[in-house]
Amino acid sequence: MSDYAHRRELFGHADTTNYLTHSRGFLSWALTLDHKRIGVMYLIGVTTSLLLAGVFALVLRTHLWTPDGDAAASLTKLTDANYNKMFTLHGAIMVFSFIIPSIPAALGNFVLPMMIGAKDVAFPRLNLCSFYLWVFGTLFLLIAMLTSSLDTGWTFYTPYSIRTKTAVVYATFGAFILGFSSIFTGINFLVTVNTMRARGMSWFQLPLFLWSLYATAIIQILATPVLGITLLLLLAERILGVGIFDPVYGGDPVLFQHFFWFYSHPAVYIMILPAMGVISDLIAVYSQKRIFGYSFIAFSSVAIAILGFLVWGHHMFTSGQSHVMTLIFSAITFSVAIPSAVKVFNWLATLYKGSILLSTPMCYALSFIFLFGIGGLTGLFLGALSTDIHLHDTYFVVAHFHFVMVGGTLTALLGGVFHWWPKMFGRMYNDLLGRVGCFLVFSGFNLTFFPQFVMGSRGMPRRYASYDPEFQIFHQISTVGAFVLGAGVVLSVFVLVYAALYGRKVAGNPFNGASLEWQSASPPSFHNFDHKIVLTDPYAFEEMVYDEQLDTWVHREFMEPERRPAMVPVIH
Amino acid sequence: MTNLFATLLAQEVPMFPNAEKHADDAPYNFPHAASAWAEQIDFLYLAILWISVFFFVGIVGVMCWFCVKYRRQPGVGSQPSTSHNTVLELAWSIFPSIILVWIFWIGARDYFATQIAPDSAEEIQVVARQFGWVFTYPDGDSSTELHLVQDRPVRLIMRSDDVLHSFYVAAFRQKKDIVPGRFSEVFIVPTMLGKYRLACTEYCGDGHSRMRTLCEVHVDDADRKAKTAWLNPEHTPVENGERLFNMNCAGCHSIKSEVKTGPALNELFKWGDARPLHDGRKVPVDENYIVSSIKYPDQNVAEGFGPKSQMQNFEGKFKPEELDFLIAYIKNINNVADVGTTDAPAKGAGDGAEAVGSEPAPDATAPDADGAAPATNEGTPDH
Repeated sequence: MSDYAHRRELFGHADTTNYLTHSRGFLSWALTLDHKRIGVMYLIGVTTSLLLAGVFALVLRTHLWTPDGDAAASLTKLTDANYNKMFTLHGAIMVFSFIIPSIPAALGNFVLPMMIGAKDVAFPRLNLCSFYLWVFGTLFLLIAMLTSSLDTGWTFYTPYSIRTKTAVVYATFGAFILGFSSIFTGINFLVTVNTMRARGMSWFQLPLFLWSLYATAIIQILATPVLGITLLLLLAERILGVGIFDPVYGGDPVLFQHFFWFYSHPAVYIMILPAMGVISDLIAVYSQKRIFGYSFIAFSSVAIAILGFLVWGHHMFTSGQSHVMTLIFSAITFSVAIPSAVKVFNWLATLYKGSILLSTPMCYALSFIFLFGIGGLTGLFLGALSTDIHLHDTYFVVAHFHFVMVGGTLTALLGGVFHWWPKMFGRMYNDLLGRVGCFLVFSGFNLTFFPQFVMGSRGMPRRYASYDPEFQIFHQISTVGAFVLGAGVVLSVFVLVYAALYGRKVAGNPFNGASLEWQSASPPSFHNFDHKIVLTDPYAFEEMVYDEQLDTWVHREFMEPERRPAMVPVIH
Repeated sequence: MTNLFATLLAQEVPMFPNAEKHADDAPYNFPHAASAWAEQIDFLYLAILWISVFFFVGIVGVMCWFCVKYRRQPGVGSQPSTSHNTVLELAWSIFPSIILVWIFWIGARDYFATQIAPDSAEEIQVVARQFGWVFTYPDGDSSTELHLVQDRPVRLIMRSDDVLHSFYVAAFRQKKDIVPGRFSEVFIVPTMLGKYRLACTEYCGDGHSRMRTLCEVHVDDADRKAKTAWLNPEHTPVENGERLFNMNCAGCHSIKSEVKTGPALNELFKWGDARPLHDGRKVPVDENYIVSSIKYPDQNVAEGFGPKSQMQNFEGKFKPEELDFLIAYIKNINNVADVGTTDAPAKGAGDGAEAVGSEPAPDATAPDADGAAPATNEGTPDH
């Protein structure tokens, strides 16, 4: 084999010897233990959930075009009961089947082992099991949807969830199973990062994405069991009449809220921390700059994970919990704002004197800073007690968490998928269309959710199938925005799928990433690396050199000595 | 008869203009500041808003500036610069922290001002149930809208008959969940005359968004009494029955052929006819049927519902004469519907006619209803 052909196989575009072509047939995918294939299957799964729950959102927004309720159910009007089912399914599927697994289980599965130079995760079978639990959990949610549906809101608040006639049992069981899926992923990542880092790789050589996944894994393992227990208690009460949450049986409804938010608030950080990790890496790569304040960002992830366990009570400021508790929860809530702000400032400092390429992933990363900025700052209104009393359970809250969950997590997911897509499939997307998609997502998103802040501060309650006419104009702007956002997401999915099938072939490292996953061919081989990797700092872009023969960036150690340029020293 | 109820329901259309007028001349961000602490809370809101604007414009401004200034150009790589600066990083951690402490402090201070009612506060009992409100005043009157007296501190003692609800009046910037199985208290000092929206903000089932009503602030007790006068021997049984109906039944039972949680009570059956039940039996529609359905909802569940009724058990909740009023009212719905009478009698007990949560009839014209409905109370001062 010629030297060029060999180098092409290791670092270039691997047509024939990659993980996709390694074996063929349905079973080779269904029973695969390869983290890359599991990641791809997860990606397909969560995208399906996103589109399904996204359609529900459009149905909701269409219904809200006019203020009246269900007087005449028609093509665009739901009955009150159906509206309630729609927003419940939108929330439940988005949260449990889409956002929580999205970045960790799809992107994380694919890149985490490669980023530490490993062949796979620590427990490949557990990894596959986690995927199937996701499938079954989601199926249970769908069964609930197709039988008598679900109308409790994704929060399953008691005692309504004990008494409603809808399929609470199927749905909670689905969420219970999805919880285990999440725990398994968390355990896997924790053990993998602890035990399988390349020889000599220190914690501070991990890309920041891994720090955030690690912090996320801790939350997944510690918090999710509480959700599992809570849902089991709910089932016990509903099926067996054991008195826990329903006052009719001597229970306490607020107890459920404590249990539920003890999981679900940390779960908010399961959703946003991985997104912050993705953004840290995108900003660095597309600025070609060492990330500013690596250790501050890394430790802020851990700080957010820990503080995230201590603030659940801020979902219950109006529930009648004691004033002292309310005061303490408010104080701790503000403390979470600091590490989040630190991350944003560090990203900005990274841009300084960089070489900024505004390609699709970077556009998403910059959108993230914009949208997460709004989402984070509006959290201040909700953390402060007196203003929260007014804004609690209004559209202000709806807008706030969509800015964080959608403006944050969805944007980061799309950015990350565009970033790693050439690595996954060895083909390049149409960057122009990608940016058009990003623009549609960004503008549609703002159009959808910004008016909701105004509605909320004017007193429009959430979860309302009908509303007072003065809010109509805001609802209509919001509805138009939702369709633009939907078009953006569909366009992005189309651009990606088209690229995976027909895109221009690219070699291993088209964007000059310095972390280890870019030292492989694209798509990577079944074993990830068919050569000895060079242990390097994930942000040492100056160590990378451009290889004209392969049309890609490689680490200078991989360059033939006669073609290797002189090292330019960089002052940090 | 249809017209009668269209007219009565149409009272809701003019019921809102006052509130809408409020929305018009209120500040852009908020409803009117109608309670003792509303302006303080708005001050903190605006303070946070401007702090946020300051940081947001700074962040996005710097971001855009860097993106333009340091955009990738052919042959130019990133320039070396430091990747760590402890002083800078500590500075941008500590400086925002100080602002956060201030926000927290003001928020907490104002919160406590809204929570602790003085002992002298008037107590009003509130019952929230799917999907309506009943407010009972110290003098024994009740209403489905909340009526308060200006500048009089009031403590609402709230309980729920079924699931979680939440009391919210945006103009008062006040909210409190109503948890079944315990009493919840909320404190209000209304300072501005007018009508304000009162909403349930904790999801409570199908008709959650219909659990809206109004809160009216009056000049004095006499003004309020006119709106809350309860079952009055001078009123006809039908009028008294209507108030009872609106207070207890209208959340789930429509009188205009609309299926809500329970069957509509007008066209679905005729007095004396046999009523088909879910299990195939038929029972005659008469006084016994009404009373048995109120007291034992599971006994005769209508066709299309059940097998178990979703209705709560009202046994013991009505006095015998109240049951008579209800029967008179329900009987009246059908009689009048049969005959097709169109005249609308003047109403004495106005409030009850505004069925909680029902949507305004789209074809009702506001001017007509204005004239016929004392409940619109055009004379009420707004400010």
